[in-house]
Amino acid sequence: MHEITLTVNGVVRQARVPARRLLSDCLRHDLGLTGTHVGCEHGVCGCCTILLDGEPVRSCLTFAVTVDGREITTVEGLAGPDGALSPVQRAFAECHGLQCGFCTPGFLCTATALLRENPAPTEEEVLEGISGNLCRCTGYQNIVKSVHRAAELIAEEP
Amino acid sequence: MTTRMFGEPVLRREDPRLLTGQGRYLDDLGPRALAAAFVRSPHASARIRDIDVSGALDVEGLVAVYTWEDLPEQVGAPLPLLIPHPALTHGRTAYPLARDLVRHVGEPVVMVVARDRYLAEDACALIRVDYEVLKPVVGVEEAAHGGLLVHADVPGNAGAHLVQEVPSAAGLGAGEAIGRAPHELSFRLDIERSASMPLEGRGVYARWDADDRSLRVYSSTQTSTSVRMAIAARLGLPLPSVEVIAPDVGGGFGVKIVHPWPEEVLVPWAAILLGQEVKWTEDRREHFISAAHERGQVHFVRVGFDDEGRVLGLDVTILHDHGAYTPYGIIVPIITATQLLGPYRIGAYRVEFTSIYTNTVQVTPYRGAGRPQAVFCMERTMDHIAAHLGLDRTAVRAANLIQPDEFPYDQGLIFQDGRPLIYDSGDYPESLRMIKELIGWDGFPAVRAAAEAQGRRLGIGIGCYVEGTGVGPYEGGHVQVTSDGRVHVSTGLTSQGQGHETAFAQIAAAELGVPLERISVVTGDTRRFGYAVGTFASRAAVMSGNAIALACRKVRAKALRIAADALEADPGDLEISEGVVRVAGSPGASIPLATVATLANPLRYAFDEQAARATQFAATPAMDRPPVAEGEEPGLEGRDYYSPIRSTFASGMHAAIVETDPETAEIKILRYAVVHDCGKLINPMIVEGQIHGGVAQGVGGALYERMVYDSHGQLLNASFMDFLMPYATEIPHVETAHLETPSPLNPLGIKGAGEAGVIPVSAVIASAIEDAEGIVIDRMPISPSDLFHLRATR
Amino acid sequence: MKPPPFDYHAPRDLGSALSALAEAGTDGKVLAGGQSLIPMLNMRLAAPGHLIDINRLAGLDTVTAGPDGVRVGALARHSRVERSAEVAAAQPLLRQALRQVAHPVIRNRGTVVGSLVHADPAAELPAVLALLGGSVRLARAGERERDVAAGEFFTGPLESAAEPGDLAVSAFFPASPPRSGTAFRELARRHGDYALAGVAAVVSLGEAGEVVRARVACIGVGAVPIVVDVTSAGRPGDWAAAARAVQDRVEPEDDIHATAGYRRHLVGVLAERALGEAAREAADA
Repeated sequence: MHEITLTVNGVVRQARVPARRLLSDCLRHDLGLTGTHVGCEHGVCGCCTILLDGEPVRSCLTFAVTVDGREITTVEGLAGPDGALSPVQRAFAECHGLQCGFCTPGFLCTATALLRENPAPTEEEVLEGISGNLCRCTGYQNIVKSVHRAAELIAEEP
Repeated sequence: MTTRMFGEPVLRREDPRLLTGQGRYLDDLGPRALAAAFVRSPHASARIRDIDVSGALDVEGLVAVYTWEDLPEQVGAPLPLLIPHPALTHGRTAYPLARDLVRHVGEPVVMVVARDRYLAEDACALIRVDYEVLKPVVGVEEAAHGGLLVHADVPGNAGAHLVQEVPSAAGLGAGEAIGRAPHELSFRLDIERSASMPLEGRGVYARWDADDRSLRVYSSTQTSTSVRMAIAARLGLPLPSVEVIAPDVGGGFGVKIVHPWPEEVLVPWAAILLGQEVKWTEDRREHFISAAHERGQVHFVRVGFDDEGRVLGLDVTILHDHGAYTPYGIIVPIITATQLLGPYRIGAYRVEFTSIYTNTVQVTPYRGAGRPQAVFCMERTMDHIAAHLGLDRTAVRAANLIQPDEFPYDQGLIFQDGRPLIYDSGDYPESLRMIKELIGWDGFPAVRAAAEAQGRRLGIGIGCYVEGTGVGPYEGGHVQVTSDGRVHVSTGLTSQGQGHETAFAQIAAAELGVPLERISVVTGDTRRFGYAVGTFASRAAVMSGNAIALACRKVRAKALRIAADALEADPGDLEISEGVVRVAGSPGASIPLATVATLANPLRYAFDEQAARATQFAATPAMDRPPVAEGEEPGLEGRDYYSPIRSTFASGMHAAIVETDPETAEIKILRYAVVHDCGKLINPMIVEGQIHGGVAQGVGGALYERMVYDSHGQLLNASFMDFLMPYATEIPHVETAHLETPSPLNPLGIKGAGEAGVIPVSAVIASAIEDAEGIVIDRMPISPSDLFHLRATR
Repeated sequence: MKPPPFDYHAPRDLGSALSALAEAGTDGKVLAGGQSLIPMLNMRLAAPGHLIDINRLAGLDTVTAGPDGVRVGALARHSRVERSAEVAAAQPLLRQALRQVAHPVIRNRGTVVGSLVHADPAAELPAVLALLGGSVRLARAGERERDVAAGEFFTGPLESAAEPGDLAVSAFFPASPPRSGTAFRELARRHGDYALAGVAAVVSLGEAGEVVRARVACIGVGAVPIVVDVTSAGRPGDWAAAARAVQDRVEPEDDIHATAGYRRHLVGVLAERALGEAAREAADA
């Protein structure tokens, strides 16, 4: 068993995990942050995408022990401290960018990082940016629309 | 404006929860539950000689290991055949854990319970099952020959055989009508296997309360009420002691309507036996090999037609690959056989299907449920006729369309609900006009020529469908207004992303005149509503939507009676808006619904100021009648049910322009257009979303997804690496237009919309590729490699 | 789908990493980005007794680009190499190839050297290394580091010259001569999937625009990246003969996504396109 310390959504958290504990399971079951979802456990669906030091990565393809000491943002950490939805979250609601909501946390984390790096992405860049996330409900059209809308909302922010 | 809620693109009320990680899906529940895992058969057909669990016993954290022999009689009995049918003469279902024989890769053999899933999988890996491997039956045609049998007592592997015949107006049978027709064609069509593949797999979590001897089960299901009845029956528990809740469900698309799954029986059973919470969360590999698949049919078509392309006789013989078991009956091939006729008036029709067992995962409905195959057949037929006669493909369709003045139109068949297949309403010629305009059908030759000049190859295709939606037998709704003015709506069917919390609230808001924010909706929780069928067949909005509307109307009538008393007005003069009952035309005379709710429940005890108004000394009561009048009940609430005489039929037409690369044979959809008619729209934003998602699944089925079995019955692509569900980069932009032909069958005039998008896509894409390439496309899905080889045969 | 248990080693310096690897022998596996290894562990297709996690080793996350070429350390992630302007200037083929490796999120974690050691014949980077004549630097406890040339490094499908006990510490991708152009063309079923077939090309032109050197490396059509020298068959503006030569050399197989025949056809089309693009780039250089 390994004692690890992660800073998750700005809060220092400790956990005692076996080496093989996937980061996805550590977040969900050891830390109780069930917003990060697990859809395939082989890195294809993108549901488990979280931000590791700000960069989107697959938490199902990462061992919790490997990222001991690192900073993690999950879907639970995207809204503001007052609970106000982030521009990306607002855009997904406005544009009907989710149906069952299972893939949504992965898309939100991916889109958040994408827009940080590229605040005004083209259509191609949005498609490329979300190209590693599967959605079985929406047909993606409204997800793409949501990402563009989020870019607008971010640009409008003071 | 509350009264304008119906039909508005109201933002979804589910979203704040789902966007912040506060949704609660199955595996988010029960953090302290024990974990179940299963040893599953690695063979498609084998006899179990011996199971040696001793190796697993040393695994730290192991709690229990069960084989079939450990199961009590009712728990270990074969799973129910959910929908019996006289034609299903040889229905067969699996045991919850295999007994002696396994009939497909993935069939559960041993159940393991351990402290967590890692340890449970460790234990599974150490259990040795000794199999006598048998030669499997793979491929529907090989299976139909009947040389090898999936079930020893099912000759020819034929589980069911059904023929339906509709003679022509002149009384001719299909064979005779085809024989006398000026033109005749016959051909074969193939559609391969696919699957629902929701991103959340199945899952069950059970909590047994030993103190009050009650069981609470959470299941990622499309029907909590029926799972509840199945569990109570299997485990011998009184129904009131069992509650089943569908929490947030990460997609269903059909696969989660099947029940009870082996795990839905075994997990609660183990939880009771162990006196501890037990949870099973299906992983992706399990979902591929042990849930359910669909599509998978071969069609042999004979058609006779006249010089205008009018179909005079149609004869279709279908081989349906049912996999190893038939728990869901023969619903899928019945739908294929009966929905095949689409929006067309066909002279004489004969359809015959045989449902064949193979040593593969069972086949049960996946969004569209047999219709994509049916539409592929009918629309390929229309294109064949057009090609044979040298006519425009839309002209042939126009010649066959049922006209608006022909409704209700009886196709003369018995539908999947056992009721006559009678189309209630529609405007198919207008739909055809709209789709041609939307895609630019008549201008396409110029577009194609311009592309050709640049060395590009384009084609256009079309597909039409009619979809029976809102099948019975019934759904119910319960509506309660509490004394705080809030409205609590519940219905028994479940939700998997369709936005029911929003759409049903819109219906209640419009019916009751209450602001949306005051309305909450609960679905799929048997604690709140025990009578329901489930969410499938594009039925939720039609069934529960109308039931909730009817329940609201009861509540409204009661509210008006009580308010009329209080306001000393005639109920007919009252109206409700913004949650306040008013006397029309006299603004001062009003009473909030909250107060009406208080007055509706005569009280002895005042627990707050509001309640005090309903206590026995608060007002001067009418002494000549009891506090709860005869025929009334306390409380401002109502319950009602909607049970339709038969299904309501939605329809639509899709068209696409595709480009094929002359060198690499890549296939790209340049444009995709949809005209859709689901009657009156409750929330157009949600309906559009359903169409987009359906089309995307259709594109998956047309160009990417197929389940590939080898001759040993091994599924070769049981992962997201190789089962190619499309990403955003593979899905075209979908252009939509709506036609609203209300259904005369239900109070709200609505029709189902959930499955529509997926239904004609394979037909449309095949039509477009055929147009681009000049090669007959008779098998879907199609890959660049397939197209490359088809070109070589030209 | 949970990984089997293993002994976990998280060395902080190269020496202890190498001794851990030496001790584990055939039962040891290196964990860098984990984007290929962890799926195999989750599916229990691999069950190493020891996992040596090199993510804490200092000095391995280096990317140095110079006139000779690009040296990529074992912990340099795909995304970092892809984004580096210096790398793109020194050897543009790296960025061209990396953009087709899986999806952006996988590239944030996966490593270039890890991909080379994984030696998937359908992967892009082994082909790039093979085409450019690069090398992989292997370290081993008690021995001097050694460079293995790409030609010897890829020995079969998912097999490389890295033996148990070896740690690949870096890889070197040589720069191309002046007046060279590169291109990477592939076709995948879905964007980001392993390619059905793909072709990396490098073309060098002489003063008069004549083809001095033209080579391709093909993926998905053999047990290892297949390098074909098409200098003699190449004409600027006409690569049809070169493409046929490539088709003759590849050894594709059937799988559920495409037939061998289609792959052979496809590799010809892609070779012609990639060579043409590389030649145009060379002419502009």
